[in-house]
Amino acid sequence: MNHTIDSIRTDLLAKKVSAEEIAREALKFAEAENSKTNAYLTFAPERALAAAQAVDRKIAAGEDPGPLAGVPIAIKDVIVTRGLRTTCGSRMLENYIPPYDATAVIRIEQAGGVLLGKTNCDEFAMGSSNENSAFGPVRNPVALDRVPGGSSGGSAAVIAQGTAVLSLGSDTGGSIRQPASFCGVTGVTPTYGRVSRYGLTAFASSLDHIGPFSRTVRDSARLLQVMAGRDEMDSTSASAPVPDYVAALDGNIRGMKIGIPKEYFDGLAIDTGDLIQAAIGKLQKLGCEIREIRLPHTAYAVGCYYIICTAEASSNLARDDGVRYTTRSSAAGTLQEMYRQTRDEGFGAECKRRIMLGTYVLSSGYYDAYYLKAQKVRALVAQDYAQAFAQVDAIVGPVSPFPAFKLGEKVDDPTAMYLSDIYTVTGDLAGIPCMSVPAGKTAEGLPVGLQVLANHFNETTMFRVADAFERVSS
Amino acid sequence: MKISEQEVRRVAELANLALTEDEVVRMTRDLDGILGHMDKLNELDTSAVEPMSQVLYDAEETATLRADVERKTLSNADAIANAAVSGQGYFKVPRVIEK
Repeated sequence: MNHTIDSIRTDLLAKKVSAEEIAREALKFAEAENSKTNAYLTFAPERALAAAQAVDRKIAAGEDPGPLAGVPIAIKDVIVTRGLRTTCGSRMLENYIPPYDATAVIRIEQAGGVLLGKTNCDEFAMGSSNENSAFGPVRNPVALDRVPGGSSGGSAAVIAQGTAVLSLGSDTGGSIRQPASFCGVTGVTPTYGRVSRYGLTAFASSLDHIGPFSRTVRDSARLLQVMAGRDEMDSTSASAPVPDYVAALDGNIRGMKIGIPKEYFDGLAIDTGDLIQAAIGKLQKLGCEIREIRLPHTAYAVGCYYIICTAEASSNLARDDGVRYTTRSSAAGTLQEMYRQTRDEGFGAECKRRIMLGTYVLSSGYYDAYYLKAQKVRALVAQDYAQAFAQVDAIVGPVSPFPAFKLGEKVDDPTAMYLSDIYTVTGDLAGIPCMSVPAGKTAEGLPVGLQVLANHFNETTMFRVADAFERVSS
Repeated sequence: MKISEQEVRRVAELANLALTEDEVVRMTRDLDGILGHMDKLNELDTSAVEPMSQVLYDAEETATLRADVERKTLSNADAIANAAVSGQGYFKVPRVIEK
């Protein structure tokens, strides 16, 4: 499928094709292709066809079918869908059928979007390679022996594979941008609070975001437009007005001040560094003023992030106890034994590691040394960006130090895997909007993403830079 | 060593995780490596820094309040539909009080 939101809209309104025909074709193609990548965990044919038929009825009646009319969309399986199995990539929830829809899902379907199915991911969104899914890893469509990145690996893969036009991921420390970079697609982490988290299974609540994947910057901007805005079901969702993101995409970024953080260029793979430098050259040619900036606390961000996210995760995952939503161990004896056995059998190794780490850093005697210290360092990381955005409009740099690696290559060294999140965790800690846009391929043919970051609620600037760059690089 | 096997067992109890002996050995090794990296934070003097617990924006104190009106909640059947064991409209758990 090479559709975009605009091409589908044009075809539908010209009556060249019906939404139902698009949905049937998309489902058939996605189901046939899925064994190559394992990107989808669940398909939703009845729901997809019902949504498509509703779009067709609106068009036939001369009504506006909505901004996402007939567009096939895949949803990461940590975002709940009423009546449609939502596993979070975990054995714990392999049979979980949510009784409600996430706000983002409701808004997408109200806008005419057609939900094709749910995508594979690292268990409870914890991982950088999608190898932590209880339902098997996802393979990168660009190179099937490599990982798609994580944790939203399935949502990035379906876009690269052409088995969905749009998808939703979630990002806590880079889980949208890093797989977007690895698979050569666009992925966006909006400002914290820009999109309601209602119905996003909580991993680390002060860091979790829902965001779009697409093939073009414009499509991500359109999808964010539909989802963004205050939701009374999420008290952390922001009431700031949502500007018209697409209207600002004119390709002209002349005079824009772009910051290049010196700290983001230590230890990059050679090809990655070359592609990012070439991208900066293109921005300069577009008339941007390139300035070197400093983000001096970058080296502390990974340690800070893994203290905060595991502390929050250990609290959030306490609810997975064999009583209300999860599977229950059959070996259960007393209530306490039931909890422990259920959690031992239900969680994979990475979830256990993070629950343990989070429980440790919150435990008596360690709280000040780890958790409180990390909250203070978080303030310093956020302050780095605040100072930078006093001088520049946007910041660009790499997403990941290296391109997609081989399946199994890094599973035995969790510390090294965590350290590879260095350029993405900072944006989440500060809560600023950031995205990955394709910046070319290495000599081996592996995609590399350019990260674009902007100040809080300045998605428009971020999209303008990424869109102008996309126009001259594709 | 930042953390001992004994501490790992204690934390597993707090976290309600029943780790096998093999898991304890591996977990001790993994946590030790990660906590070693986290020590880097101590290079920074943060004595004058306010902790950041949430991404906060300027908003009215009442910005997150909604009207106090009755609304529909999940039905009992929907609420217990995913329970591993349920009965009589309740979640069932192993007996906690002996007669």
